[in-house]
Amino acid sequence: MARATPIADPAELASLGVKGDFPIFARRFEGRELIYLDSGATSQKPAVVIDALAEHLRAHNANVHRGVYALAQEADAAYDGARRRVAAFVGAQPRTTVFTKNVTEAINLVAHAWGRGSAAGRANVGPGDAILITQLEHHANIVPWQMLCRERGASLRYLEVDERGELSPEQLDAELARGDVRLVAFAHVSNVLGTIVPVAEMTARIRAAGAVSLVDGAQAVPHMPVDVDAIGADFYAWTGHKALGPTGVGVLHGRAEIMEVMEPFMTGGDMISSVDFQSAEWNELPYKFEAGTPPIAEAVGLGAAVDYLSGLGMERVRAHARALTAYMLERLGEVPGLRVVGPPEAERRGGLASFTVAGIHPHDVAELADRGGVCIRAGHHCAQPLMRCLGVGATARASVGVYNEPGDVDALVEALLAGREVFGL
Amino acid sequence: MDDLYRDYILDHYKRPHNFGELDPHDLEALEHNPLCGDELGVHIRVADGRIEDLRFHGHGCAISQASASIASEELIGMELEEVGELDADWMIELLGIPVSATRRKCALLNLKVVRGAVTGDHTWPE
Repeated sequence: MARATPIADPAELASLGVKGDFPIFARRFEGRELIYLDSGATSQKPAVVIDALAEHLRAHNANVHRGVYALAQEADAAYDGARRRVAAFVGAQPRTTVFTKNVTEAINLVAHAWGRGSAAGRANVGPGDAILITQLEHHANIVPWQMLCRERGASLRYLEVDERGELSPEQLDAELARGDVRLVAFAHVSNVLGTIVPVAEMTARIRAAGAVSLVDGAQAVPHMPVDVDAIGADFYAWTGHKALGPTGVGVLHGRAEIMEVMEPFMTGGDMISSVDFQSAEWNELPYKFEAGTPPIAEAVGLGAAVDYLSGLGMERVRAHARALTAYMLERLGEVPGLRVVGPPEAERRGGLASFTVAGIHPHDVAELADRGGVCIRAGHHCAQPLMRCLGVGATARASVGVYNEPGDVDALVEALLAGREVFGL
Repeated sequence: MDDLYRDYILDHYKRPHNFGELDPHDLEALEHNPLCGDELGVHIRVADGRIEDLRFHGHGCAISQASASIASEELIGMELEEVGELDADWMIELLGIPVSATRRKCALLNLKVVRGAVTGDHTWPE
């Protein structure tokens, strides 16, 4: 995955020159431009996505999978077409690509439908079994497993992050060798440290040990080429709104053999093939996991988003994030008292940097950045266990998107330097 | 001059009054700001139905630390009954700066902790 892209002019790559594609950047805040460095929370949307969403609602809106009239067939084509494009974007099959609300719902789907299920006459998770996650997970990839383990009498164990913010394959091997691990769930890219986890290497070890793997790709899919098939995870989840798409639509890719024997997560309309007074039979994949009216317009919007990203080229998107992150790490180093957490090299991290500034609480750092018109996030980033490992209550985080340019980083650094003066530092 | 980060706010942040532990103490509470993971606890010593002494401990932003520091000056000596009647306006007025909706909880965390210790009411002050 870490294939090097030849870079002729690094300065050029630090900007893709696409800010004009995103209408929100025409806004002014008290006369100032919007400098948005919070794409790790949610990305801004290009006009093509906004237009696709609006055009669907304006001209093609009907419910899916039920109507025989021409308009309903258009809606079906749009929704299923979006599924095909979204699946193809990450090298997955449409049949095993489920639309969810977000990554949280995708992980809950697996924790419920697989975690509470059984295969070949054995509960997938029972007393004495273990679920293995890592210290760098988002709460969405912690709490569903805590609940499952509590309910099933299983134990929840953690892979540790080292001082560089990385996981150890040796510790994974040692944990798997204990023979009780049923599932390993981990992020592709840490939303706090930025660490790029060697996912394919990990899933191979997990599969060899007979355990199931789940990868949270929320911070990876928007920013780098991702090939779900090559990664080889049993489940891979990501979300639309961080990938230039609308909120309300997430994606779960799964391995067909596992998904076929899983019971549904939520039940109701659309996910059945027939319903009797006392029982029901489940629809085929992927519809078995899509109860009720799905996020149709949002999926169409996400289809437009992945087309836009493909148009940019994901190798270029990754090269841009890497170049801009390298620039950000370099410039943040100019701020006295500033400490960045996570891998020191841009090569080993996604497009974000979490940091602390001595003498200024992260919330105040974010407030001071806002004085300079710069949007960054502060807090525990829904990763409180990781915060404890880092020995901090919170960090400030700047995260980049395809629209960011070196000037945005310059504005952040200026705002931080001015903020230190406000605090008399 | 900065509207929010006024000199006295920063002074209280950098050198908060009545911070530390108080042992022995009669009442205590510990609260988190779920937004940011900040933590603030309080130890209270009671005599004759009043707060005889009080210490805060924990970590937080300039607004939450300065609020606790400023409030502590008022709280020491206050009747417990009166503490139970304190509301959000009391704190915001005492702080004397414009507090945005997102920073409101930072300013109110200390009152939440103290009221929780004194009355058992762990809701956010309104």
